[in-house]
Amino acid sequence: MAEKTGIEVSIAAADAVGMTNVDVVAAYPITPQTHIVEHLAELVASGELDAEYIPVESEHSAMSVCCGSSAAGARTFTCTSSQGLALMNEIVFLAASMSLPIVMMLANRSLSGPLSIWNDHSDVMSIRDSGCIQMFAENGQEVFDNTFFCFKVAENKKVSLPVILNMDGFSLSHMIEPIEYWTQEMVDAYLPDFEPVHRLHPDKPVTMGALGMPDVFTEAKKLQNETLINSKSVILDAWKEMGEVCGREYHPVETYKIEGAKVAFLSMGSMGEVVSLAVDALREKGEAVGQLKLRLWRPFPFEELAEAVKGLDQIIVLDRAISFGGPGGPVASEIRNALYHQDNMPFVTNYVCSLAGRDITANDFIKIYEESSSASEEMLKRNDYTIYGARE
Amino acid sequence: MAKIKSEPGWKDLEPGFVISEPGTAREYKTGDWRSERPVVNKDQCIKCGVCYIFCPDMAIVKGPENYFEADLYYCKGCGICAAECFTGCITMIAEEE
Repeated sequence: MAEKTGIEVSIAAADAVGMTNVDVVAAYPITPQTHIVEHLAELVASGELDAEYIPVESEHSAMSVCCGSSAAGARTFTCTSSQGLALMNEIVFLAASMSLPIVMMLANRSLSGPLSIWNDHSDVMSIRDSGCIQMFAENGQEVFDNTFFCFKVAENKKVSLPVILNMDGFSLSHMIEPIEYWTQEMVDAYLPDFEPVHRLHPDKPVTMGALGMPDVFTEAKKLQNETLINSKSVILDAWKEMGEVCGREYHPVETYKIEGAKVAFLSMGSMGEVVSLAVDALREKGEAVGQLKLRLWRPFPFEELAEAVKGLDQIIVLDRAISFGGPGGPVASEIRNALYHQDNMPFVTNYVCSLAGRDITANDFIKIYEESSSASEEMLKRNDYTIYGARE
Repeated sequence: MAKIKSEPGWKDLEPGFVISEPGTAREYKTGDWRSERPVVNKDQCIKCGVCYIFCPDMAIVKGPENYFEADLYYCKGCGICAAECFTGCITMIAEEE
């Protein structure tokens, strides 16, 4: 097994994309994603990577180019953040509905305004319902490993959908971390060549992006939904196979010190590592607390979540986005929904925290734990949410 | 889908709503959208074909004696042919009449 290299996560991510022998990269630079596409541009310019690098004039164009190249049968990659994702929003939905297996990395950043370049999950929540497979990485190694996973799942003929790999902007994208690189042989063994289900080719013309009249639109959406739901078996297999290749096996819902826990934190992304420190400290004090990390966001892992929460009295969901005027954080509202019919459903308390990169430490999570575990049952029943740390 | 069905189920559709058989738009009967139909006065028609050129749906075909006439299976009744006709030989007639 290769040694670990100390490297910026964005650079490692771009190297991983390069190792997939990607055919087309179309992207527009936006903070904090820039280093990823910048390094890919360097790899192409230096001749290390034989790919078309298309420097488009906007993110709307980036995803449009990706749709075209993926439809033509090219392995395709793009990358963006925040406002860039908002600008390409329209085409993200088209990529998914047209079953185009594009891989996109999101260096998550808050949506303006106020204008912000820092990290939270409000950008990805704007395309939650786009029909793309969406997953979150917690550290640099997970980003690196899952780059290969994303292409493998996206391009699987049973799936053929865009896959989005979320990594927290700055707090993950700009960190220098020890990362174990795969060898090219490992990548080649894990990731087969891209064979599209359909491709735009004059020898066998097909229509893509056709008009769907009311008499067939519902069926098209049903098919799209079924395809996304059924992608989970391919996702599970791809993670299992990764375990055999690199020794790290990933799961839709990861757990930490969950045995015997009565209360568990639940979060997505890089914040999970800080939460683990709080869990360690609380366990040392004898508290029955554990941790859940939601890795797979779409398709939502209902069965795995139900299994993971068995025996819990309470789940503290840490959200990094708000549904204004709605039920609080988007993750918490989905957790409540997913567990609604479960016997002995745990109470779900919701903290919206660390918006736009505001520092949050293990001590904050200990404070959140103390606050919510001592809350009265009546308070818990209100299914309320708290925007943590907001000064009066 | 190998053959266009009139009411396909979701399992009949191809991934991504791709239509892999070319020319299937022909199966789509768009003529029932029409509220007016073009009627040609053959006494005035000079068989120039300007209606054929301008028809956005290619619904005008050359018929017997080389007169151009709308295929009412597809004609949506937009009236462009009547507006473009040099001699004014095409009149749009309401369908209920």
